[in-house]
Amino acid sequence: MGVTPHPTAAAGLELASPNWLTTKLDWLVNWARSNSMWPMPFGTACCAIEFMATAAARYDIARFGMERMSFSPRQADVLLCAGRLPFKLAPVIRRIYDQMPQPKWVISMGACASSGGIFDNYAMVQGIDTVVPVDVYVPGCPPRPEGLLYGILLLQKKIRGETLADPAIRVERSLDERGLPLAPERIDELSEPFGNSLHQTRSA
Amino acid sequence: MTEKRTVEVALGTSGMDERGRPVTVPLGVQTTELAVDEAPDLGGEHMLINIGPQHPATHGVLRLVVELDGEVVVRVIPHVGYLHSGFEKLGEYRHYNQIIPLTDRMDYLAPMSNNVCFALAAEKLMGIEITERCRVLRVIACEMSRIISHLVWVGTTGIDLGAFTPFLWLFQERERIYNLQEEWTGARLTTSLTRVGGLMADIPTGFEDRLRQFLKTFPVALDDTDRVLTRNGVFVGRTQGIGVLTGAEAINYSLSGPMLRASGVPYDVRKDRPYLGYETYDFDVPVGEHGDVYDRYLVRFEEMRQSARILEQALDRLPDGPINVDDHRVILPPKHAAMNDMESMIHHFKQVMEGVPAPVGEAYFPVEGPKGELGYYLVSDGTAKPVRWRVRPPAFINLAAIEKMSVGHLLSDLIAINASVDIVMGEVDR
Amino acid sequence: MNPSADALQRQFGAAIRRVTESCGDTIVTIDPARNVEILGWLKDAPGQAYDYLVDVTAVEYRDAELPLEVVYELFSLSRKAPLRLKVPLLKDRPLELDSVVPLWAGANWLEREVFDMFGVTFRGHPDLRRILMWETYAEGYPLRKDFPLRGRFSRSEQVRQALNANPEAHYSMDELHIAEAYHELPGDMRERLARGERGRIPEPESGRDD
Repeated sequence: MGVTPHPTAAAGLELASPNWLTTKLDWLVNWARSNSMWPMPFGTACCAIEFMATAAARYDIARFGMERMSFSPRQADVLLCAGRLPFKLAPVIRRIYDQMPQPKWVISMGACASSGGIFDNYAMVQGIDTVVPVDVYVPGCPPRPEGLLYGILLLQKKIRGETLADPAIRVERSLDERGLPLAPERIDELSEPFGNSLHQTRSA
Repeated sequence: MTEKRTVEVALGTSGMDERGRPVTVPLGVQTTELAVDEAPDLGGEHMLINIGPQHPATHGVLRLVVELDGEVVVRVIPHVGYLHSGFEKLGEYRHYNQIIPLTDRMDYLAPMSNNVCFALAAEKLMGIEITERCRVLRVIACEMSRIISHLVWVGTTGIDLGAFTPFLWLFQERERIYNLQEEWTGARLTTSLTRVGGLMADIPTGFEDRLRQFLKTFPVALDDTDRVLTRNGVFVGRTQGIGVLTGAEAINYSLSGPMLRASGVPYDVRKDRPYLGYETYDFDVPVGEHGDVYDRYLVRFEEMRQSARILEQALDRLPDGPINVDDHRVILPPKHAAMNDMESMIHHFKQVMEGVPAPVGEAYFPVEGPKGELGYYLVSDGTAKPVRWRVRPPAFINLAAIEKMSVGHLLSDLIAINASVDIVMGEVDR
Repeated sequence: MNPSADALQRQFGAAIRRVTESCGDTIVTIDPARNVEILGWLKDAPGQAYDYLVDVTAVEYRDAELPLEVVYELFSLSRKAPLRLKVPLLKDRPLELDSVVPLWAGANWLEREVFDMFGVTFRGHPDLRRILMWETYAEGYPLRKDFPLRGRFSRSEQVRQALNANPEAHYSMDELHIAEAYHELPGDMRERLARGERGRIPEPESGRDD
């Protein structure tokens, strides 16, 4: 923190950061951002149905300011990947993530989006964190609407802990020259099989 | 045309030429007036636009590459596979009971019908005859699934065509069925209800009363939606005459379910290849005439009412008795027996560790899923894991006909036609 | 036993290799060279009338010596009779079969899926491209028994290939014609498409035979 001057310094106020003014400004900005996140629903499979149920009348995501679904990534704040992500869809989610302007966050909803789920096979990305950076993982297959709401509240809590003075939070993490978001070893490590997946690969 | 409007009198012209066609107002100096279709073709090129795979109106990750002449669709090339999850490959590495959770995740709008279909296919392969109570409970599960699938369909089709309210009403009805599914199986959506030879659990106490309560309030929601949509000018205008397929074309494209019946072909697997005792239930199968989007809507709407009718009958005839077949090689023994009695413990051990082997052979079992004829084809080589598990996906086959239906219509009609196919990408791509 | 099996044997003689029954279903194994003729007869002959093609799929057995079988599931709507036909393809030669799309339009996507998952080429198919995997998928044919469950490449390589695939690629001749995107394709693909070849996917670099 304090690597770049807080925006209040630009006004000519020679104040040390953090101080009462910077924290209040941060509080205001974070309050606004967390309570009016516009989700980009990247719904692929069963979790998308639970997401729709969360948006519907019983669980009502509008209580948290998220009822305005933004189907255009340019106007969205949080990419909500609900459902499994096959390799064929990987460039699509990456492109949508890149199109979103900062500040942006990613919620990975469901076991398949978080780790590949029950699909440890040739066709499935083993967790969208190998393709886009993720802020909150919501486990479940599918997570109940209450579970998704808990994940959203966690993201709101994370946002409330941010500060404008730290540019590292808002750096745009794009693909490297190989076309990968992370080092290959890291991707292999994240995609390693675990649990039952280790034992259920014999065909006969 | 008979009464003159003030504006025409003031201008001294009716706006129509002598052939009754509207006259364009030429911009700039021109000595002759041209009727609209004699105006020189602007020579526009066709546009190639890409709808999806991330798009609110595609009902999942479907990509449509559309060639447009203005707003008229000239060609539609669908690209699928964006949700291909390798189910059929995974099935070759799983025991038969381990495949049941996989089946939930294909048609995730009607999971119990997938579970039932797979159990029926495995039981056909293994030659197992299920109990009467199990049979009736499976009918209840299938019809509940049909209702929730059609509720999503009406809701999302309404949204595509601009009607948002029925979506909220019908999702509230879905929540009632979700409560019932959760009571029965523990999960709202990924139910994994059946096992080979029976069910995962019997219905809890009070389930029948709660289902009857649902059947009392459900027609109210249907009537509300009916009142809002069925004779709504916008809805009718956007769906009648759109996406017409004749019966012969529908058969040739191997369509099934409401898509086929709306085109006038009365093929319903429950009536023509009955299973689970459907021939003993009293219900009608709605068949359309025109094969357009409106007919598909009417067919699905009426199917929901017929499903409610079947549910009433099933609840009335639900017999007592065991839900699982009495075969220790197939069904896990009750826990108290497995913990106290050596033989039961060995059966439990063999089933869990080695799975239940199926005899050498193959079986294809079709059921009438909400999307169409859902069939599972299982090939066994005598081991506990199938050699081949093939899903005959109704949504995939129905979607292939989208080009035939959409050419010549407008782009907004393409959205309505796409909605009427009732696709669920989990099943299309497996 | 479905009486069509006897009728087929009377009509086609030696082209009907075997008739079996499994779990109540009649299965007829036929000669691959005459599949369109036999299926066409089943569709059109007055006593047969198998007007509904339920499914086209393929089965590869775990025993590597058994041939790969393409399976046609038929149903007669008027007679309410199902029938299954199997066409064995030996694995030591190219897997090719004539397409039945002229008989049933529904076979179009079903045959494309068999091509994508098993590598069976259907001669005469109007548009034989991969349907579930992306067109330039280089790992092979997923449902073959020698294809491992997790694929052939490492996860990072799979992610890299997936992210480098162009999500806007148009690969049918129709789309290329419209979009004039032909010049964006890689050189070898342009040559293949220009020669009118369908379905010759480049072998994966490891040289493994699929």
